Amino acid sequence: MVPVAYYLVLSAILFGLGVLGFLVKRNLITLFMSIELMLNAVNLAFVAFAWQWKSLNGQVFVFFVMVVAAAEAAVGLAIIIAVFRTRETLNVDKVNLLKL
Amino acid sequence: MLQLVLFFVFGIIAVGAAVNLLAQRHPINSALSLIVVMASLATLFLLMGAEFLAAIQVIVYAGAIMVLFVFVIMLLNAGVEDRTPGSRVAMLLGIPAVVLLAGSVAWTLVARNPYPVGVNLTGGFVGSPSAIAELLFRDFLLPFEVTSILILIAIMGAVVLASPAGTTAGTGSPEQPPAKAEE
Amino acid sequence: MGLSITTFIVVTVIKIVIALIVMLTAIAYSTWLERKVVGHIQNRWGPQRVGPFGLLQPLADGLKFIFKEDLTPPYVYKPLYLAAPILSLVLALTSISLVPIGNWVTIRGVSTPLEITDVNIGLLIILGITSLSVYGVALAGWSSNSKYSLLGGLRASAQMVSYEIALGLSLVGVLIMSGSLNLREIVDMQSGHMWAWIPRWNIFRGQIVAFFVYLAAAFAETNRVPFDLPEAETELVAGYHTEYSSMKFAMFFMAEYANMITVASIATLLFLGGWHGPLFGPTWLQDVLPVFWFVLKVFCFIFLYIWIRGTLPRFRYDQLMAFGWRVLFPIAVANVLVTSFIVALKK
Repeated sequence: MVPVAYYLVLSAILFGLGVLGFLVKRNLITLFMSIELMLNAVNLAFVAFAWQWKSLNGQVFVFFVMVVAAAEAAVGLAIIIAVFRTRETLNVDKVNLLKL
Repeated sequence: MLQLVLFFVFGIIAVGAAVNLLAQRHPINSALSLIVVMASLATLFLLMGAEFLAAIQVIVYAGAIMVLFVFVIMLLNAGVEDRTPGSRVAMLLGIPAVVLLAGSVAWTLVARNPYPVGVNLTGGFVGSPSAIAELLFRDFLLPFEVTSILILIAIMGAVVLASPAGTTAGTGSPEQPPAKAEE
Repeated sequence: MGLSITTFIVVTVIKIVIALIVMLTAIAYSTWLERKVVGHIQNRWGPQRVGPFGLLQPLADGLKFIFKEDLTPPYVYKPLYLAAPILSLVLALTSISLVPIGNWVTIRGVSTPLEITDVNIGLLIILGITSLSVYGVALAGWSSNSKYSLLGGLRASAQMVSYEIALGLSLVGVLIMSGSLNLREIVDMQSGHMWAWIPRWNIFRGQIVAFFVYLAAAFAETNRVPFDLPEAETELVAGYHTEYSSMKFAMFFMAEYANMITVASIATLLFLGGWHGPLFGPTWLQDVLPVFWFVLKVFCFIFLYIWIRGTLPRFRYDQLMAFGWRVLFPIAVANVLVTSFIVALKK
């Protein structure tokens, strides 16, 4: 018997680590991966709550979160490729001018 | 008892891989750590009876989205990231702030929970594919169709954004792909 | 399940050991079969000196691989370079644990199904393992730090990811007809005959188009001719396994054949009726015969693989990708639409 609280605390820890990655890392792709980590942590919380209320709506919502994350990853990586093509760097501190 | 052990094992693997994601300097190592996080989360989904979601997490997230990330990292080959003054300041201010954030989120979720239960796999609540399909195609049919349009828009957007400058994606003659230069 | 926990663990460990031994032997002897069959197609003998009919050739090959110099080039990215063949082989061998090969058997009062685990979502897990095996190829190509390996690895992974879609969609038709993702239930729905002598296999019940789409997608997933451009010698030296030698290369080799056997098993289970065939004789024979029919069907599928390898030329890379996205994917989607329409009308 694992209390639901344990799953929620794990989800909060993973979310915090995702936020930390988003603030600290300087590579655009790693920033993006921290966003995916945050989305995964939220998925875990949804499934835990789906168990708590014995309702499958939580799991269906996780399905939609995954679909949206896939779409966002595709477009975001395409933008990163376009940025790299013009500015030759993936360092977030150096991508700071709207027009080169 | 076994479920508690499994939860702690995979929970610690997930947190360890997430810390490794932050600690590694080359993005390919971070990508592989994220795949480990997703795989351990898939196991945690299985522990909560969400078997369809566990399979979908492996197939879609770890098997397709992360492949996309790994592709882009290999193609761009941007190398290790360096420590700039910006990142040092961010770490100094960021770590306490994130601890505060995660702590308050955890406290709210746990202390304000009006009906805490225990997760026990013999409880009989299983997210089987047929049960989720019933919900997806009856109650949530409109969001389902809208997400399909969203994916179509994302495909078009990704193709247009990633095509080389000076060509119109889908019309006219595209540039020679670099791999053909070998033939 | 009716079994105590220790009996269950002992039975499972025995099944795992048997499955691994049988799988590794099957991999070794499918290399022998390939060399013999391709040799005869090309009007020569194939291996025939090492043992009768060359049957000890895989043993000689294995010894050769072990004794070869294990060279690690100095400029590779070592952790991923060493992990990629391990990942490929582990994933390829894991998918055999979900494949049922026969009915329930009862030995000395212990009743167990002839598969290592019986999961309700068995087919989804096998698709997940197929998705993960892209990483072995991509990481091998990238970590070798050489342009041939990188190009071969990228091409191979792009090909595998594209054909995964057609592979999954071609199976959806069967799933709609069966209503379950459990491999054992899908096979059980194909028992019996229709019109008195045609067996009720899914391939005869309308999934013939899906079978051919699955066949083409499976060839591309396992990187076999006619889709083996990423590892063709005249194109890219050896593609993603250029920089690998001795046992690491042998692991990629074994993973390729293990993937072939897995794909053949899935085709047998979903399209060719699994282990159903004529049953006769005493009770112990009736337990062994389903396994024999299953192995026979898998063998026919692998023979088809090798036959096509000896006969067809390979696709160019842009032809390959165009075929996957513009031909196979619409046909698979059309198959799903037609199947679901017919099933919905029948209800």
